[in-house]
Amino acid sequence: MAEFALPKHSKIVKGIDYPLQRESKNPKKVNVYRWSPDDDENPRIDSYTIDLDDCGPMVLDALIKIKQEVDSSLTFRRSCREGICGSCSMNIDGTNTLACLKSIDDIKGDINIYPLPHMDVVKDLVPDLSKAYAQLTSVKPWLQSDSRPEEGKSRKQSPEQREKIDGLWECVLCFSCTTSCPSYWWNGDKYLGPAVLLQAYRWIADSRDENTEERLNDLEDTFKLYRCHTIMNCTKTCPKGLNPAKAIGEIKKLQLERK
Amino acid sequence: MSEYEIIDHEHDVVVVGAGGAGLRATLGMVSGGLKTACITKVFPTRSHTVAAQGGIGAALNNMGENDSWQFHMYDTVKGSDWLGDQDAIEYMCKEAIPSVTELENFGVPFSRTEEGEVYQRPFGGHTLDYGKKMARRACAAADRTGHAILHTLYQQCLKHKAEFFVEYIALDLLMDDNGKCVGVLALCMDDGKIHRFRGHQTVLATGGYGRVYFSCTSAHTCTGDGNAMVLRAGLPLQDMEFVQFHPTGVYGAGVLITEGSRGEGGYLTNSEGERFMERYAPTAKDLASRDVVSRSMTIEINEGRGVGPNKDHIFMHLEHIDPATLHMRLPGISETAKIFCGVDVTKEPIPVLPTVHYNMGGIPTNYNGEVVTRKGNDQNAVVSGLMAIGEAACVSVHGANRLGTNSLLDIVVFGRAAAQRALKTVEKGASHAPLSKHVTDKILARLDKMRYAKGDVSVGEIRNSMQNAMQKHAAVFRSNSSMNEGVKKVDKIANSLDGVGIKDRSLIFNTDLVEALELENLMQQAIVTIKSADQRKESRGAHSHEDYPDRDDKDWMKHTIMWLNEKNKTKLDYRDVHLNTLTNEVASIPPAARVY
Repeated sequence: MAEFALPKHSKIVKGIDYPLQRESKNPKKVNVYRWSPDDDENPRIDSYTIDLDDCGPMVLDALIKIKQEVDSSLTFRRSCREGICGSCSMNIDGTNTLACLKSIDDIKGDINIYPLPHMDVVKDLVPDLSKAYAQLTSVKPWLQSDSRPEEGKSRKQSPEQREKIDGLWECVLCFSCTTSCPSYWWNGDKYLGPAVLLQAYRWIADSRDENTEERLNDLEDTFKLYRCHTIMNCTKTCPKGLNPAKAIGEIKKLQLERK
Repeated sequence: MSEYEIIDHEHDVVVVGAGGAGLRATLGMVSGGLKTACITKVFPTRSHTVAAQGGIGAALNNMGENDSWQFHMYDTVKGSDWLGDQDAIEYMCKEAIPSVTELENFGVPFSRTEEGEVYQRPFGGHTLDYGKKMARRACAAADRTGHAILHTLYQQCLKHKAEFFVEYIALDLLMDDNGKCVGVLALCMDDGKIHRFRGHQTVLATGGYGRVYFSCTSAHTCTGDGNAMVLRAGLPLQDMEFVQFHPTGVYGAGVLITEGSRGEGGYLTNSEGERFMERYAPTAKDLASRDVVSRSMTIEINEGRGVGPNKDHIFMHLEHIDPATLHMRLPGISETAKIFCGVDVTKEPIPVLPTVHYNMGGIPTNYNGEVVTRKGNDQNAVVSGLMAIGEAACVSVHGANRLGTNSLLDIVVFGRAAAQRALKTVEKGASHAPLSKHVTDKILARLDKMRYAKGDVSVGEIRNSMQNAMQKHAAVFRSNSSMNEGVKKVDKIANSLDGVGIKDRSLIFNTDLVEALELENLMQQAIVTIKSADQRKESRGAHSHEDYPDRDDKDWMKHTIMWLNEKNKTKLDYRDVHLNTLTNEVASIPPAARVY
């Protein structure tokens, strides 16, 4: 019988418990995935109990509080704290989202925090996104147009044309969607994933872009596009309320129409 | 220092920072054929430009109002309370038109008018006909204009195959023995290796330092690293006392609600339900300059007319605006209000409070982006090899108070100008002179000291004390006694940095260390800010001095410049304000009382 071994460092062990050092009427336990490449140890779950009466409302507030007051070695990305920079994407309470937009009150029981799933981990909650960024570059996500606008003038675009890219250009590249997609988990090396396909469609849908045909040719690929099996995790998880699944559907529709 | 592996890079130009200014400069340089490295501590689209909401100012005249760059210039000079340099302001307002048109050509998804042109909305302090009525000048992509611009600039940089070094934190400038900047030393966060970047020009596009305050709209990463590097290089910072409080930060959370919401018809009320801005600014009302609105709100609160159980904030109303308009023009802040204060903007007002938002001060430069300093009688001595752009720089186009939409404009216009200048001054592929070892060693010694810091006070604790002191003593209203006390407090807190302790000794993504380095950067700017404020005995723009309530053009129409030495001692001097214009296409705007 074949024997399977788990890859190195995939078994998670129980880590350190940091109890609250004072009385609290409103304690909450935060369990956080910890791993550092510095030693050869397995990942662990550290537990921090915090006082919600002395903490901001969002999960990011809790993480910052822990880093500031309990354990400064806890490592995660953050910047704008208002859901626009896309830095603090992670898996919270079983769902990929932005920690700065995730209200602690919405979580029943302990808060369980892991890095975005199925990406290499740099340290603790910091995933390596370099592959996803390279995939973004691969769809040439910039305006392509051979016709030059009149010198010193803007291109024209009607409000109706402009509306077609609403819900597409607002993506913050947090990759919550991509890392929630089982197809991406299996074929992330070849399947572009929902975030990048949303960006690809953003340019297909922009009336100013003149390279739709070539963009569609590039995407006409069993893996790049058609590994999407309409599972819809992407749309369900998007912390900005965007609909990558619909954008992918639109690309598929355009592929059919031109056949 | 043998522990650190040093990797050397040679480029024509090194850009530090990948916000709007850094990306616009990088784009111009790369497309012009300069070998350019862009170093950034966050992935480019995470830079704080992404959070800009309301618009970018340019007299495109798409709304059929006979707008002109001369009106824009007048508004900017008046907004600056006559501390802005008029040559640079002329340059910015004139270049605004091609610069913003270029942005559209690059692909920025601007909102549109029925005619298919870029949509423009009213904004604070922007008027027609020299103050007669409000202008629609802010070119907007809904209320996510910064996001639209930043992502587009990044896309253009990808198109031109710009070379990025992402998640590298710059440690210090490489200054040779002649005081020339020859590059920058940076720490790669991913693996802890040291990278030495050599460039014939180093461009600091490192943004503002809002995080010296407790409550600010700025991101956690807004720590003004470039400003601090300039201080440590023995160069001065300019006009650091001028810190802008945005009238509408969300009460508590501090996140931004764009002035564009007032541009679309929103207004402020006090506890009596009164639209009090009508009293303070009869013409512009809720769209007066930010310093004026923030002061008025603070007075209302101080006089007992604040709202809420503690009467400590103000309401902003949007509920009278058609929900379809809110959905189309202000979708982002509708979402923000829901998430951060549980408010449905179509039904109830948003609780708001003036919140630290922008630093008018920074690294003194000329309108080409070249860093300048004062050497004896030469007030405009160019520092060889060093440029600064964006919020890090003080050109000065914002003077004592920046107008809304002029920051996005500043980064694009001067990012572009820096690229044009570098293309003229830098010889492509020229070799780099050898650099004395002690230059690198000194920087690594500082890094090492922080990395092994074993004190018993945490970064978080010291940062909190600093932020609270600045919040209290360098606020909307300032006084001699409060600022004197503030200076003493900040000095003491700065000394406490010697007792800081770091827990994480790893070289891999060590955010404990990065935050400590950022704290040191913040602290140096806090000292310069409070001391610059303490010495200015007048009220001008964002600097409202209770003991000197009037503007004093005779003694104080001048830029503060301040140096900081290794012992945290400051040295003070001044530079003249440029009242001259750049060309004879426009006349200098003489100082006048500032009424909105």
